[in-house]
Amino acid sequence: MTTISLPIPKRPVHPTGVWSWITTVDHKRIGILYGVTAFIMFLTGGFEAMYIRAQLAQPGQDLVSPEVYNQLFTMHGTTMIFLAIMPMGAAFFNYIIPLQIGARDVAFPRLNAFSYWTFLAGALMLNLSWVLGGAPNAGWFGYAPLTSSVFNPGHGIDFWILSLQILGIASLAAAFNFVVTIINMRAPGMLLMRMPLFTWMTFITSLLLILAFPVITVALIQLLFDRQFETNFFVPAAGASPVLWQHLFWIFGHPEVYILILPAMGIVSEIIPTFSKKPMFGYPVVVLSGVIIAFMGWMVWSHHMFTVGLGPVANSVFALTTMAIAVPTGVKIFNWIATMWRGSIEFKTAMLFAVGFIWLFIIGGLSGVMHSSAASDAQQQDTYFVVAHLHYVLFGGSIMALLAGIYYWFPKITGRLMNETVGKINFWLVFIAMNITFFPMHFTGLNGMPRRIYTYDSDMGWDLWNAVSSAGAFMLGAGILLFLYNAITSARSGEVASADPWDGRTLEWSISSPPPEYNFEQIPIVQGRDPFWAQKYGGVAMVPVAGGSGEDAVHHSIHLPQPSYWPFVASIGIFIGSFGVLYINAASWIGVAVAGIGALITMIAIYAWSLEPVNDPDDGAAH
Amino acid sequence: MSTTSSRSKAYLGGLLLLSSIALLTGCALDDPQSTFDTVGPVSQSQLMLFYWIFGAAVVVFIVVGAVLAYTSIRFRRKSPDDNPPQTHGNTPMEIGWTIVPVLLLAVVAVPTVMTIFDNANSPDPGALTVEAVGRQWWFEFRYPHPTDPDEQVVTANELHIPVGEVVNINLESRDVIHSFWIPKIAGKVDMVPNNSNTIWIQSDEAGEFYGQCAEFCGEAHALMKFRVVAQPKAEYDAWLLGQAAPAVDAVEPLAAEGQALFEGNVAGCWACHTISGSAKSRGSVGPNLTHVASRGLIASGIIENDQAGLRSWLTDPCESKPGNTMCTGAAVYNNPDKALDEKQISALVAYLRGLD
Repeated sequence: MTTISLPIPKRPVHPTGVWSWITTVDHKRIGILYGVTAFIMFLTGGFEAMYIRAQLAQPGQDLVSPEVYNQLFTMHGTTMIFLAIMPMGAAFFNYIIPLQIGARDVAFPRLNAFSYWTFLAGALMLNLSWVLGGAPNAGWFGYAPLTSSVFNPGHGIDFWILSLQILGIASLAAAFNFVVTIINMRAPGMLLMRMPLFTWMTFITSLLLILAFPVITVALIQLLFDRQFETNFFVPAAGASPVLWQHLFWIFGHPEVYILILPAMGIVSEIIPTFSKKPMFGYPVVVLSGVIIAFMGWMVWSHHMFTVGLGPVANSVFALTTMAIAVPTGVKIFNWIATMWRGSIEFKTAMLFAVGFIWLFIIGGLSGVMHSSAASDAQQQDTYFVVAHLHYVLFGGSIMALLAGIYYWFPKITGRLMNETVGKINFWLVFIAMNITFFPMHFTGLNGMPRRIYTYDSDMGWDLWNAVSSAGAFMLGAGILLFLYNAITSARSGEVASADPWDGRTLEWSISSPPPEYNFEQIPIVQGRDPFWAQKYGGVAMVPVAGGSGEDAVHHSIHLPQPSYWPFVASIGIFIGSFGVLYINAASWIGVAVAGIGALITMIAIYAWSLEPVNDPDDGAAH
Repeated sequence: MSTTSSRSKAYLGGLLLLSSIALLTGCALDDPQSTFDTVGPVSQSQLMLFYWIFGAAVVVFIVVGAVLAYTSIRFRRKSPDDNPPQTHGNTPMEIGWTIVPVLLLAVVAVPTVMTIFDNANSPDPGALTVEAVGRQWWFEFRYPHPTDPDEQVVTANELHIPVGEVVNINLESRDVIHSFWIPKIAGKVDMVPNNSNTIWIQSDEAGEFYGQCAEFCGEAHALMKFRVVAQPKAEYDAWLLGQAAPAVDAVEPLAAEGQALFEGNVAGCWACHTISGSAKSRGSVGPNLTHVASRGLIASGIIENDQAGLRSWLTDPCESKPGNTMCTGAAVYNNPDKALDEKQISALVAYLRGLD
């Protein structure tokens, strides 16, 4: 055999420093990267929200121009959905899932790093639009034909299309990774029906992502072609029906709603049993309801289109399917309450946020059922009533649960507890401010205030409740800053956490806080649900997998995936190439050249990635 | 809810809820776009359905909330050694709280489907049919001509309808998607290019009602409004006859000067606006101004149609409505060298004020 010498550098060895983060493939570090980036994006989207609420605080204000206002609400929605809530979920998937299933990393560690860097590329690209000619301004839903070059000649929409495509690549790579991880990497005995509920909801969410993103990808490619190459997919002047875009968008967009809420439900399903000292009530039903919600999530998209004129038959069908989805959702709520029933409930901050989630999600769920009644929804569609509803499910639901998750897993991740006193003030401030902000929007909506208007007259009767909403929004902003303060100070000087500060039930609490790089010294054999609880109180010992006993033997038998430069480089290629595509209609040859350079970088990176050598695992540094 | 008795019960329940909402919101229910102050059968049926579902939602919220609150208080940890029984589930209960919501939803679903069909089909397909066209950012209304079946009477931003009668409206758009919404008369239906929709409306009260575009349609979406004038049949007929008549040439000197400007190439208004009766002004980009002086508001429901309003609009339309076509497209507004002077604006105002 001949040896082919490859011009590919050796794997990087950087235990600390910036390069250790850039080249890391450790799911825990990637989880932290996701979490920190997503929180910065959450603050960015929140800042946009503050601007919006300042503009609407009084009638006839002139803080921002209508054009900038339209950019603000478009970016607020896009940022919160794609750059804040989704990646915050991804942060938890990354950090927690391998720990919950008894694995040492995800199935494809380098792909995992690639997902993060590509996500970051998409986030940067979208926000660079602010300084490169204006942000997208057609709403996060980007209805045709308002996104066509005729009605939207600038580059904002191109930034929106390409960054969503990049984010789609990141999300798809991550979703495949987690599906494979959850199917293949579980510790022995961790049967599907023994998996923690957060793992279950992550699994379902990842499947939804895999099925939903291709739809928006196709729609965005069509739109890109309309704008860059003058095709006519959504151009009414050429005979196209703009309703096609709405169908494509919402066939993606409604499952997307469940992509945002199912991880939240998974987090709450971990926290409530822990702080009630009881196992999840009706575990199989809760799993099944998650599956049913995900499945039925595909049958309800046209409830976003009740006023489009699809006709009474379509409207009736989608009204009924939408109502039906309330059943599995209600089942989850009843099971959470039943878990608390006769429990021993300790209201640590994480539990406060989780119960706060239930309250707010009940309200958001009920207003959702009200929207499902297509005939009555004709009055509420596109009014502030919808804005109230969606913020009750996305803030009251997703964000509250994500904050609960941070309070819950913070000690596991940092080795320190978040301050409980500040935490409780934080909870009440956020909970009260959230209701002051969003509840009045029900009133303004029913009083006829449409969404997405940058100004309103004082004779409409909307002044009072808009002022209240704005005041609440600034309180809410303060609540989030208080959270940030608590997180930063606690990470630096909080009380040191034990391995199991909450008397947890699942595997992540059985290892030290923070976990060692290799997670589990010995992979446990799982005997049932809540294995760590069973070990502590049921006398069911977790037997380690045979073959690794004794300290020395353990350390020499754990071979972790090694760091790599190439996921980062591949993402840079995508980032550069996308700029080329973006400017093809403005400067065709330069655009094509830049796109080609980007594609080349990505191809070289993937080639090197596939063939890069592995360092000798026993030379010490690669552990 | 088709029978009278169930309807009156719903009214009663509605009244109760209405008062509680009024108490809650502290806002008058007769605000211009209130969905509670209904004046016609369509908005009325939508409101009844809303009350019905809202009532069910309140009941669910109270019951579930009470259980959640009770659980949260009653089962707080008393001592760190509490050791609750590790119950895993209860099949009859699971079945119970799956079936009860299904039944509750059926209670909501039946009137929903009935109302969807009621409101989709016009009770009188042969009634007056008006074409409503959404444009960025104003509404055009086209009526059948009272005498000439080949002609249409075209107006803008003010929809006149006979009170107490069904009016069918064909909804269209010439550019992006808009939505046609008169909260006190009927919930919204979108105006989609290449996809005509229909809606039927009826106002049982005479008066002026607010309408507003409800689908985001670009820069000045917030300023795309219109008014509905519901008037007795005789008044309506007279109005339509008036609108059908061509405009008369201006005689008063200042107005005549205005007309000359309007039809000349300095101001160039004629290129975009139609004034029926004028040989020159046949444009179709902007609103038909044949009887603009008869309208209460200009610029799609945002500016009073008086001397001061017209003057401010003609001086700087970009200020009142950013991004509108007159502001971005007309040379007199996008080229400072061609800007109209005070005197020219006075002349145009005089001309337009005479178009009644």
